[in-house]
Amino acid sequence: MTAIAPPVASAQRVRARPDRGRQGWVRRAPLLPALVFTIIVTQLPFLLTLWYSLQSWSLVRPGSEHFVGFANYVAVFQDSQFWTAALNTVILTVGAVLIAMLIGIGLALILDRKFLGRGIVRTLLITPFLVMPVAAALLWKTTLLDPTFGIVNWVLRPFGIGHFDWISQVPLLSVMIEMIWQWTPFMMLLVLAGLQSQPKDIVEAAGVDGARPLQIFRELTVPHLRRYIELGVVLGAIYLINEFDAIYMMTQGGPGISSTNLPFYIYQRAFLGFEVGQAAAMGVVVVVMTIIVATFALRLIFTSFSGTEQAA
Amino acid sequence: MMARSITAEPELTTAAPGRAAVRPKRRRNNTWVGIIGWLLGILFFFPVLWMVITSFKTEAQAYTNTPQFVFTPTLEQYKTVFASGIWPYFANSAFATIVSTIFVLLLATPCAFALSLRPVKKTRDVLFFFISTKMLPIVAAIIPIYIAARNLHMLDNIFTLVILYTAMNLPIAVWMMRSFFLEVPGELLEAAEMDGAPLRRTVTEVILPVVAPGLAATALICSIFAWNEFFFAVNLTATQAATVPVFLVGFISSEGLYFAQLCAAATVATLPVILAGWIAQRQLVRGLSFGAIK
Repeated sequence: MTAIAPPVASAQRVRARPDRGRQGWVRRAPLLPALVFTIIVTQLPFLLTLWYSLQSWSLVRPGSEHFVGFANYVAVFQDSQFWTAALNTVILTVGAVLIAMLIGIGLALILDRKFLGRGIVRTLLITPFLVMPVAAALLWKTTLLDPTFGIVNWVLRPFGIGHFDWISQVPLLSVMIEMIWQWTPFMMLLVLAGLQSQPKDIVEAAGVDGARPLQIFRELTVPHLRRYIELGVVLGAIYLINEFDAIYMMTQGGPGISSTNLPFYIYQRAFLGFEVGQAAAMGVVVVVMTIIVATFALRLIFTSFSGTEQAA
Repeated sequence: MMARSITAEPELTTAAPGRAAVRPKRRRNNTWVGIIGWLLGILFFFPVLWMVITSFKTEAQAYTNTPQFVFTPTLEQYKTVFASGIWPYFANSAFATIVSTIFVLLLATPCAFALSLRPVKKTRDVLFFFISTKMLPIVAAIIPIYIAARNLHMLDNIFTLVILYTAMNLPIAVWMMRSFFLEVPGELLEAAEMDGAPLRRTVTEVILPVVAPGLAATALICSIFAWNEFFFAVNLTATQAATVPVFLVGFISSEGLYFAQLCAAATVATLPVILAGWIAQRQLVRGLSFGAIK
C-alpha cells in the first residue's frame, strides 16, 4: 500500500533531474491546497487549545482571562470526576470494540458461505451502521429500552426481567449496547473483506490433504484474518473513543456522572460550565493520551498493509 | 421473509443434484448457515424496521404493553413532522453535505494524484499527517473553533459547518482517492507519456475513466458522514444553520418524547443515508478503512 507505483515514479525522477526545483513545485502544487487547508483547520485549533489551557478563563465573565501556568492541569489531575470519565471512556471503547468485533467475526463467517438471499442479509446487516447516530440513540432510549413500552423488555418478560429500567439502572451498558449495534456492521465488513481475499486454492488444497475444517480455520484463516481484525479494532477505537452522540441523547452522562465519557465531560465543562481554561487542559490531556495510542495504531495500519505480511 | 427463506433453502439444494451429491454435507450445512444468517440479519435490522413500523402508528398504538404488529397505518405522524418545519433543517443538511463534499473532492483529487501517480517526496509523511488528523479528538478542538466562529461572527452560519465537514472528510477522501489512483494501469500511463500526450489529456483520457467510480464512491462516503454529523452542528448552530440531527433533538424537547412521532422524524432524518449506503455498499469497506481494503 505504501509502494507508490515504482516504474512510473522512477521514470519521472530520471527525467525531472535537469530542472529539479521547478519540477518539484509542479509536483507539489496539486497537493498544497488540501495540505494547507487541513493544517489551518485542524492544527491551529489545537495550538490555541494549548494556549487556552494555560489561562484562567470563564466565558460568562468577559475579561476574566489571565495566565495561570499549569494550574488548570493540576486541577484536572486532582479532579476525581475527570478520572471517572476517563475510566468510563476506556470501558466503553474497549467493551464496544471487542464485543462488536467478536459478533462481527461471527457474522462475517456466515456471510462468507453461500446461501439463498445472502446479498439481502448483508444489506440488512450493514443498515445499523448507516442510521444517523442521534436517531439510533433515540430509538434505543425509547421504543427499544423503555422500561414499560420498550420491545426489549417485552421480549425478556417471560424470563422475569419485568419493567427493568435499562437507561437509569445500567446506563453505561445501555450506551454500550447501542454502540455495539451500530459498529458491529463495520467490523463485519472488514473481516468479510479479509475472508474473501483469502486464496481459495490453498484452503481447498488443505481440504484435499485431509485437514479438518476447524484445523483449516485455526491454521490458515485466523492468521490471514489477523491484520484485518487489527485494522478493525484500531479504526473502531479511533471512532468510538470520541463517542458523543449516544451519551448526549440517551443518558446525558447520568445518572450523576455514571455514564459520562471524556468527550461528554469536556463538552459539559466548556459549554455548560463555561470553563474554557479547564476544558482546554482536559482536551490537551486527552490529545496526549490519544497520541500515545495513535502512534502505535498508525504503525500497525501501515506495516500490516504495506505488503510485508508475516506468516503468523 | 423468514418463511420464504426457510422453504426456499431445500429447493436450492435439490436444484443442483450433481454437485449436491458430491458434497451433500456441505450443502446441508449451508442451509443451516442460511437460516441462522437470515435470523441474525433480521435481528440486527429489527430496530430500524421497528422505527419504520412505529412511525405509521398513532401514539395510542405505540404505547402498549404488548407491542402491536397488526394495526391500521396512519400518516398522522409524518404530517406532524413536516408541519413542524423540518424543511429548513433539511435544506441546511443538504447544503452542508453537498457543498462540503464538492470541496472535499476538489481538494482531495489533485492531492491524491500528487501522492500516487506523480508522487512528491515525503509522500509517506504527508499521508501520515492526513490520517493523524482523524485520530485527534474533536472535543479538544471545539473550544477554539467555537471562539473563533464567535469572533468572526460565523456562529450559526452554514458555511462554518461546510468548512469543518470538509476538513473532517478530507483525510478519508485523500486516502480513498489515492487507492483508486494506484489502480490506474502503469502501462497505460507510460504509453500516454511515450506518445507525448500533454498532462491534461493523460488525466482526462487515461486516468479519469479508471478513477471516476472512485470519485462517486468517495462522494457517497463523505456525504454519509457529513449528513450524520452532530457534534459540530449542535455546538455551533442555533436557529439559522441547524441541521437535521439538531432538528431531531429540538423536536423531542419541544414536542416531548412521543414514540410514534419521534419514529417518524427519525425515519425522515435517516432514510437518505440508508438509501445512499445501500447503493454504495460495495465501496463502504474501502472508505471506512481509508482505502486500506479494496
